[in-house]
Amino acid sequence: MHTKRNRGFLHEIRQNGSAYLLVIPAAIYTLIFGYFTLPYMLIAFQKFNFKTGLFNSKWIGLENFEFFFRSPRAWEVTFNTLKLNFLFIVVGTVVAMALAILFNELRSKLFSRITQSTILFPHFLSWVIVSYVIYSLFSTDYGVINKIIGWVGLDPINWYSTPKYWTTILVSAAVWKDVGMNLVIYLAAIVGIDDTYYEAGRIDGASRWQLIWRITIPLMMPTIIILSLLALGKIMYGSFDMIYAIIKDNGVLYPAVDVIDTYVFRSLRTIGNPAQAMAVGLYQSVVGFILVWGSNKIVRKINPDHALF
Amino acid sequence: MKKPKLFDLANYTFIALFSILCILPMLLVLMVSFTDEASIKQFGYQLIPDKLSFDAYKLLLFGNTPLYRSYMISIFITTVGTTAAVLMTGMAGYTLSAKHVKYRNHLAIFFFITMVFNTGLVPWYLINLQLGLKNTIFALIIPSLIFNPFNLFLVRNYMSQIPVSLTEAAKIDGATDFYIAFRIFFPLCMPVLATITLFYGIGYWNNWFNAIMLVDNQQLYPLQYLLFKLNSEINMIQQMQSSGVLSGTGTMPQESVKMATAILTIGPVVLFYPFLQRYFIKGLLIGSVKG
Repeated sequence: MHTKRNRGFLHEIRQNGSAYLLVIPAAIYTLIFGYFTLPYMLIAFQKFNFKTGLFNSKWIGLENFEFFFRSPRAWEVTFNTLKLNFLFIVVGTVVAMALAILFNELRSKLFSRITQSTILFPHFLSWVIVSYVIYSLFSTDYGVINKIIGWVGLDPINWYSTPKYWTTILVSAAVWKDVGMNLVIYLAAIVGIDDTYYEAGRIDGASRWQLIWRITIPLMMPTIIILSLLALGKIMYGSFDMIYAIIKDNGVLYPAVDVIDTYVFRSLRTIGNPAQAMAVGLYQSVVGFILVWGSNKIVRKINPDHALF
Repeated sequence: MKKPKLFDLANYTFIALFSILCILPMLLVLMVSFTDEASIKQFGYQLIPDKLSFDAYKLLLFGNTPLYRSYMISIFITTVGTTAAVLMTGMAGYTLSAKHVKYRNHLAIFFFITMVFNTGLVPWYLINLQLGLKNTIFALIIPSLIFNPFNLFLVRNYMSQIPVSLTEAAKIDGATDFYIAFRIFFPLCMPVLATITLFYGIGYWNNWFNAIMLVDNQQLYPLQYLLFKLNSEINMIQQMQSSGVLSGTGTMPQESVKMATAILTIGPVVLFYPFLQRYFIKGLLIGSVKG
């Protein structure tokens, strides 16, 4: 009989060496692209120069942060990031949830499968493809939307130079692309609701609407809240793929749609100032981490099984 | 009983319309790719073209275009990258799920931390420069795509459900961890491995981020990035035009060529769609419901 004593590290390696070998490729990858990236965050406090590198560049304190936070762009990109992500989450959830409830009422499995396939399809397209779709709709010269506007008798709109429309357009695009995925998740959760609740409701003479409002939605609330909170945790990040593919370097639209990710990208690749880009990135990482941590804490309170950590 | 019927009718109609609405914009792109250029110039993009034309496809398929090269690049990085990614993730998932491995939870935390704290774009970019990946084909395979901790935990959770007795029995028969992982666990975990294959595969195929960050050389453009560039850089199209595939006046069908390239780019997605959909839904359900 083996006794389960706390054996040494070397013994463990000798015993299970091959198991540890299996994890090495992933571990090395994570070490390099995860942990080794940490020191580079320090360049936020430097006048970083590619030639001199991390160790020999001049330290300048908080100058890079000052540059960012003194400019009006700081508030603009932060606000846009929060605004767009918040709308993606809220509108996306409401639409997907409403659809899931309607899908749950369908009796034809075949119909349900076919329509779900169609709704899920955009999820597999890249944002570059989506940018073409949006262009084909909103292009000033050839776009379909302007043509429809023309039929009604209104003047064509120059969409790509009018910022105020783009919040709506981007939110619609995000919903269009991801509603199928959220639908699958919510529908699975609804199907998982115990049927006895509905039977009891029906015996009491509840109508279909009452069953939805009094049983389905309340029972779905925990799932909705948890998924939304986890998404809120990531609210500082994301959407680079989406926004840069669709907007590119169209400065006219920045007031409505430029986000932290695209701002950092431009500072790094277009302007070529990695230190300033890093200062903004550090701000994003720190606030982002606090939000992930905070939202996870709340999720843990509601239901520990769903918490990330 | 009249009311429910009305509701059903409305419900079916609404869902049918909604699903058509979801696919309609793609149909528009498809139809424009088959539209005669003069007709686009005159009437704009139309769902039902006035005059059909295959010029765009003729040019893209038979002309001297960068499309073939980019297609090859995309196929190469997707197959090589996905294979490596699935192997790395599957192997690490095995170790993290193996109850006889003492430090498995330490390892899990090691992977998990990088999931929660994101250092962002700049350090990632500088590491890639340091590794000399810039302007190489590896820049499209290695950074950010080849390993994803989320997928790792998906695999680990799935493998954790396999009874320990199976591993113990194999160990008694003298099997090594390599043997157990590849010959016993992987075949048993085909659903989850298929799911992560799909996640990685789609990730590679649709990725243009690595290209925009790390590749300036047009010879290395993957398909998505070529498409991204095509929209703004007309000279790339003019380059195609010089090949002289189209007889006649040789006016460049710019608009339809763009849309045709987009359609050719999603070709494989449409081709594999039944597979994609099936395993994608499976993966979502493993990932979200089990938590």
